[in-house]
Amino acid sequence: MKPKHRRLTFVVIGLGLLGIAAALILSAFQESIVFFHSPSELAKHANLAERRLRIGGLVEEGSVNRSGATVTFRVTDLANAVTVAYTGILPDLFREGQGVVAEGRMKDGVFVADQVLAKHDENYMPPEVADSLKKSGQWQHMRQSMEQAGQIPQGAAR
Amino acid sequence: MHRYANPGRVLRLSRTLVPWLGAATALLIAAGAYLALVASPADYQQGESVRIMYVHVPAAWMAMFCYAILAGASAVGLIWKHPVAELAAKATAPIGASFTFLALLTGSLWGKPMWGTWWVWDARLTSVLILFFLYLGYMALHSAFDDPARGAKAAAIMALVGFVNVPIIKFSVDWWYTLHQPASVFRIGGPTIDASMLLPLGVMAAGFTTYYFYVVLLRLRAEIVAGKIKALRLRQVYG
Repeated sequence: MKPKHRRLTFVVIGLGLLGIAAALILSAFQESIVFFHSPSELAKHANLAERRLRIGGLVEEGSVNRSGATVTFRVTDLANAVTVAYTGILPDLFREGQGVVAEGRMKDGVFVADQVLAKHDENYMPPEVADSLKKSGQWQHMRQSMEQAGQIPQGAAR
Repeated sequence: MHRYANPGRVLRLSRTLVPWLGAATALLIAAGAYLALVASPADYQQGESVRIMYVHVPAAWMAMFCYAILAGASAVGLIWKHPVAELAAKATAPIGASFTFLALLTGSLWGKPMWGTWWVWDARLTSVLILFFLYLGYMALHSAFDDPARGAKAAAIMALVGFVNVPIIKFSVDWWYTLHQPASVFRIGGPTIDASMLLPLGVMAAGFTTYYFYVVLLRLRAEIVAGKIKALRLRQVYG
């Protein structure tokens, strides 16, 4: 075997092993790499409710209530929902049907958040196009985007 | 490939290509900036902030593209002892680092008004920050040895090991729940960006690409010439 072939074999095998190692490490740390948990995960794993965490999902239509500086709303993944209470300034993109991520902890069945972030989906278009899509009934909601990303169970109750 | 192991041939080739690449870059960036800042519509949701995307997305693509070149050139340099590939890797690193920094900076400027935060430690943002540190580490390691050849070899190995991060960046938004949105252009099912916004994005991306080749050839030329000067000096001293 020529030295250059030996080096080539070494690099290829090395990178292959490295890729496998990285895949194993990442799948082992799956739980800590996710940025947020869904309301369904919160319902399933009781121990999640005992610590500080982020929950993510859609702002349920018609669930936003403002009283003074405090706003309450429900975050849903269409299978389960959690009521969130938050005092502070909401991001501009916050609205009903929008994806949000709230950070805080569970307190008496309510998720008390100290930070609320809005998600943005992969759709970019001018307002006229958005209007015409809405009119023709082809509007892609954030729901579809989060479903495709596996962040909402596929085919959950609409 | 071995054709271009000859530095003299690469110097001649770069002399022909550099003016064309410079002109193409100026033209594409000027047209792209006009399309992105003036001639394209505001977004239905983000308003005018969508214009940050025309710099952010090409910068992020180039950050990964440069790393692929860095790793590829490092591998060719290591395996075939290809002198020009080694220099091309060295010349690419600072450009890639700059693109990565630009992507992080513009992303942060977009994140504050849209998400409500400058920074989060989600998988996409964190893996791109790691990419930035990989570039910095490559440059530091390259110049950390008295013997430049040893520095080049150590840095090349590091570049190859760091390549594992590139697919992680690309698929981070699919593998884990992230705050960052999933891919809009290179995705199954085609782009989800309206044609009126896809055009300026494409022109900017083309401009960023020709810019990279323009600058990397200039840097490569400088590296080759610096190597020649060093050889001449050594010959003068040790004759």
